[in-house]
Amino acid sequence: MSKIKIVNLQKSFGDFTAVKNSNLTINDKEFFVLLGPSGCGKTTTLRMIAGLELPTSGEIYLGEEEVGMLRASERDIAFVFQLFALYPHMNVKNNLSFPLKMQGYSRSEIKTRVEEAAKLLRIDHILNSNISSLSGGDRQRVALGRALVRRPKAFLMDEPLGTLDAEFRELMCLELKKLHIDIGATTVYVTHDQLEAMSLADRIAVMDGGEILQADEPSVIYNKPATKFVASFIGSPGMNFISIDQGISNEQSTLNIEGTNFNIPKQYEISKGKKNSFGIRPENLSLTNEGGLKGSVFGVEYLGSRKIVTIKTNFGELKVKTDISTSVKINENVQVKPSNDNIIIFDGETDKSLKSEFMNKWQK
Amino acid sequence: MDTSRSYLEPSSFSKKLAATIIIVYTVITLIPISWMVMTSFKNVNSAISYPPEVLFEPSLEGYVNLFTNRSRQSQEYLDSLPAPETWYEELVRSREMVITGPSKFLGRYSNSMIIGFGSTFASVFLGALAAYAFSRFRVPLKDDLLFFILSTRMFPPIAVAVPIFIMYRKLGLGDTHLGMIILYTVVNLSLAVWLLKGFMDEIPKEYEEAAMIDGYSRLQAFFKVVLPQAMTGIAATAIFCMIFSWNEYAFAVLLTQFNAQTAPPFIPTIIGEGGLDWPAIGAGTTLFLLPVMIFTIILRKHLLRGITFGAVRK
Repeated sequence: MSKIKIVNLQKSFGDFTAVKNSNLTINDKEFFVLLGPSGCGKTTTLRMIAGLELPTSGEIYLGEEEVGMLRASERDIAFVFQLFALYPHMNVKNNLSFPLKMQGYSRSEIKTRVEEAAKLLRIDHILNSNISSLSGGDRQRVALGRALVRRPKAFLMDEPLGTLDAEFRELMCLELKKLHIDIGATTVYVTHDQLEAMSLADRIAVMDGGEILQADEPSVIYNKPATKFVASFIGSPGMNFISIDQGISNEQSTLNIEGTNFNIPKQYEISKGKKNSFGIRPENLSLTNEGGLKGSVFGVEYLGSRKIVTIKTNFGELKVKTDISTSVKINENVQVKPSNDNIIIFDGETDKSLKSEFMNKWQK
Repeated sequence: MDTSRSYLEPSSFSKKLAATIIIVYTVITLIPISWMVMTSFKNVNSAISYPPEVLFEPSLEGYVNLFTNRSRQSQEYLDSLPAPETWYEELVRSREMVITGPSKFLGRYSNSMIIGFGSTFASVFLGALAAYAFSRFRVPLKDDLLFFILSTRMFPPIAVAVPIFIMYRKLGLGDTHLGMIILYTVVNLSLAVWLLKGFMDEIPKEYEEAAMIDGYSRLQAFFKVVLPQAMTGIAATAIFCMIFSWNEYAFAVLLTQFNAQTAPPFIPTIIGEGGLDWPAIGAGTTLFLLPVMIFTIILRKHLLRGITFGAVRK
């Protein structure tokens, strides 16, 4: 196992730049997730690490070795594809031993390793089955098995749980995490599902438009988003934004919006621009009878342990996470107010979050 | 209202109609073939008798004549010979002839085998490589090249017979196995590339990417992962190529005489006493039919899957 480092990595397809000048360090034995919407360049980045795409410029280090221009077969990494890409003309055992055959292991060594991996993944009872007869979950396990028999330097996974149904995905998520803890392999995992990312990752890199916006631990990404995009993409539902037509100064402790005072944390950074916005997570908003932003109920989602109430206000739709006992009706007039000062101000020009006391709580 | 069948299923009337049409068509198609097989088991006289005999006493004379050269002898000479040792010698003697040696049929037949299977293998192999390249790589002028390859099939191959004849004579390829294999491969290759490209396009590229990550080179991945999955396409393509090169007549007449002559130009020239030896010709064509038939039956399972392959995405 070894660490992975990418330096100034860039990839263009004709006029389109899929990955822009990216830098990342993935530590040894880390479970690292590349997260972003489709088309953000996360899969391209992964494929460049794998050697399935060659970078337009930049370097990729696997351990100490620069591998940017090496063929995939020369890199000693394993890749789990979204559609598994198990060889349909071979049975499970042959699929697992396929990567070992190339490396010139003896027959008995191959047998032991295949059996070891099969036992670890609990697929030892289906070793002689055909791929086409397997369920989605078993295929997933075989794909993982094929990756780990070789004991590669790193595991790369491209949305491996994307095709499984929701219930099974949760189970596989747990298994993956446990497997990672058991074998301690450096893993780079690509997904567009932020819940999956949050539950699996040691660290997450959020990408959009070919750029890495932020790379940090899940709790830091959630509480201290570097940009407005990260704040809206992470969390379910994402952060609420209210645009404010005023600058932000150091001394300011409240923001007055339509007569409602919002306490804001002590700001360390200021923005002189007039087009800023502030963000607040749905769990930090609450419904009130007076002294809040006026709006009407637009939708109520019942989630079992809580409700998400969508309120239409003059500042757009706000989502509020409320107690299950809250009862509101569609079109009912309500008011919304923040329940604490966990508020992040975003610079209107750069979309970056401004440093504040609240943000610094999450500094490592 | 009858609700026992789904709307998508054809009615029992149309099913019966379809079956009737297929049966009638099959019978019409089978008449010449069964006549050919019947002729091969007739004797020389019953083969040309008028009205034609449908019921007759079967004889293996056609097959014996096909494989042997014979000469007519006087009754005294035949009587002076020792008793015939084999059933076919006896059959020939009863026609007042003796066997003078094996005919050229076996040689022509094996020429057909070598050239037919050789060119089929070459077409499919080269076609698969080209199809893979067209399917996976950014080939400059890809569409133009593919059209150019297809355009070689737009005129009947025999249209270029004269230039090929002259070219083959200059190159010393006339009447050689290699020459015929190359010629049939060239004719079949465009079909092979086009057919196989469709099949290659259907194989997700993740398979060979997985193999390359597993430590295999692209060529190894092609042989170990792509080719096995393209088997349906390969079988379908091989059958088409085999049928063409096995049946080809015009070039075979033009370019081969002795060494590399195939069965098609040879069989119609089988001459017995007083004209064409119809039972022997029938026997030759019947035997000629067998390899393609067996080949097609073996690959039939793949062919059926092959033709409908990719029609519905899994």
